[in-house]
Amino acid sequence: MSNPNTGAQPDPFADSEVVLDVNDLVKHFPVKEGILVKRTTGAVQAVDGVSFKLRKGETLGIVGESGCGKSTLAKLLMRLEEPDSGSVTFRGEDFLSLRGAALRRARRKIQIIFQDPYTSLNPRMSVGDIIAEPFTLHPDAKPAQGVRSRVKELLDVVGLNPDHINRYPHQFSGGQRQRIGIARGLALNPDVIICDEPVSALDVSVQAQVMNLLEDLQQEFGLSYIFIAHDLSVVRHISDRVAVMYLGRIAELGRDHEIYGAPAHPYTQALLSAVPVPDPTVRGQRQEIVLKGDPPNPANPPSGCRFRTRCWKATDICETEDPVLEVRAGTTQRTACHHAAQNEDVSALD
Amino acid sequence: MSQSPTTSPTQDYDPSAPLLEVKDLQVEFRTKAGVAQAINGMNFTLNAGETLAILGESGSGKSVTAQTIMGILDMPPGHIAGGEIRYRGQDLLSMKPERRRKLRGVSISMIFQDALSSLNPVLPVGWQIGEMFRVHHRMNRKQARQKAIELMKRVGIPAAEQRVGNYPHQFSGGMRQRIMIAMAIALDPDVLIADEPTTALDVTVQAQVMRLLKELQVENNMGLILITHDLGVVADVADKIAVMYAGRVMEHTDVFSIYSTPAHPYTKGLLESLPRIDAEGDRLSTVPGLPPTLTDMPPGCPFNPRCPYATDLCRTDRPELLPVADGHTSACHYREELYAGTITAREEVQS
Repeated sequence: MSNPNTGAQPDPFADSEVVLDVNDLVKHFPVKEGILVKRTTGAVQAVDGVSFKLRKGETLGIVGESGCGKSTLAKLLMRLEEPDSGSVTFRGEDFLSLRGAALRRARRKIQIIFQDPYTSLNPRMSVGDIIAEPFTLHPDAKPAQGVRSRVKELLDVVGLNPDHINRYPHQFSGGQRQRIGIARGLALNPDVIICDEPVSALDVSVQAQVMNLLEDLQQEFGLSYIFIAHDLSVVRHISDRVAVMYLGRIAELGRDHEIYGAPAHPYTQALLSAVPVPDPTVRGQRQEIVLKGDPPNPANPPSGCRFRTRCWKATDICETEDPVLEVRAGTTQRTACHHAAQNEDVSALD
Repeated sequence: MSQSPTTSPTQDYDPSAPLLEVKDLQVEFRTKAGVAQAINGMNFTLNAGETLAILGESGSGKSVTAQTIMGILDMPPGHIAGGEIRYRGQDLLSMKPERRRKLRGVSISMIFQDALSSLNPVLPVGWQIGEMFRVHHRMNRKQARQKAIELMKRVGIPAAEQRVGNYPHQFSGGMRQRIMIAMAIALDPDVLIADEPTTALDVTVQAQVMRLLKELQVENNMGLILITHDLGVVADVADKIAVMYAGRVMEHTDVFSIYSTPAHPYTKGLLESLPRIDAEGDRLSTVPGLPPTLTDMPPGCPFNPRCPYATDLCRTDRPELLPVADGHTSACHYREELYAGTITAREEVQS
């Protein structure tokens, strides 16, 4: 191994139970044209063949730019959208074929925390009602101790004053509202929490408080997180493994020190080199890869490798052959690139 | 002022004065809940070719500062309670509105955060860029359109001739921000205020836009005021930095000192609470609590309820922005100790 960071420590989650097993998940949204007669003229390939495993107690970070399909992926895992094909196995059960009562039972175990704490809480419901709503929807999961005492307990767990149970969302700050959203997510004792950009609307000093809370809760309740964010520093901090998405596909998937220390996919390298580091002394010393242009239209992605139109390494093979996500020579993580190679100059590690 | 509105406003400038100077600026918002002190004593100078970053969290007054300098603050409810803004020695606040309007875009220009809502959705972008020339330089449509194409090329929009007639929704976020930049630099301003120019953009596009801004700044020797909450962007491009909290400048110095030797507990707390991409951290240190409500400021130092170093002095006396080293000022009673690193947290602050 050329890089001392790769494969240094064994994966602490290697023997843990696989909570969520996602295989070749596909979701295309049809594009319709015409005023009177609607014809389907194409499809936005929002998620196009995504596979990963999530283990108990582990955090999988998903990074990518807007339009890469990370939020669609979250909706698919919540079954808020039905995938076109692929499979999701949740604790050994085929999650996608569940119907009726069985689906409702399984759904309890996968919860979501949304990005915007201002729009994801009903302004006309008190905090107590917001956090108790999951129990109204799942009456058989009602706590034996009584709903109200459980809600107070949850408020305490997320670091809010339990006496504020009758207050309304507008009486709380952004960080506190995000805590309310987290309490609601915890109410049904889930196994998996999908965090869709949970801290991107918060100020830096508050962001750190919420991230610490998420880490504490994971320790305490053995939660698995899927942590979706566009901020690579935040994902780095909280994740055990990281998936980099580009136009509906995973470009690179590996443990955090592999992705950040020895990225092998050109897109990951470009992403990392574009993140400004809060240290003026390294100004001008880091290699900057500035990508040309914008991501292509997901309704009409390029043939072969989807990144090839912006890639400086692209050759003929990238145009004709779609690269598979697999472990490539010289790396330990899986990379979907024909020319995957470590770049000595691009590493977020010192 | 005896000048007629048609004469060029660039005549009676003091050549020795700094490009832009803000002195003890105070801005209030008169609301039903009381008077909110959005800016409470803001001071800085900006020279040509220099980049000043104004850093702060939401509600710290950084955008109000930009709007006040630009003269686009909503009044009422806004109210300038005191202070001066001098552009090349001339006080902008006492200037007649029509004279000030001639400076806007020509001498001081601004880029907004959200390009989609700042552009008019029903007019082609070329028309919107050309408007600068039609209004300020009395150009005809054809000339203005030609100028718009030139500018679109300059900010790196491909196929400018074909795209000059396109509408804002036909451009991507990064391209729209480039159009905003084209409008802002159209008349070669001396001062460019960029209010969170890359916050709405993806990281790879952010890198492109910041690089473009830097190039244009060097080309035109502009003074750039970069308003941001991103400590990474600041480290990348700024020369000087002013850290704002609750409407006041807490620390003002060059960009290297702020990261190496912060002399204010708020700056120190911010830097420590940042997740780093270049280092694996265990637990983030946090700044406990929340920023104060502007209508109900704590007595003494506005940061004292969240400060791990606060003493009784901080709860009664408001610290002034005073020097700790050459060109390094801090509004903290214990700035010397913080700068020297000889202070330890006094008590556990309850969040």
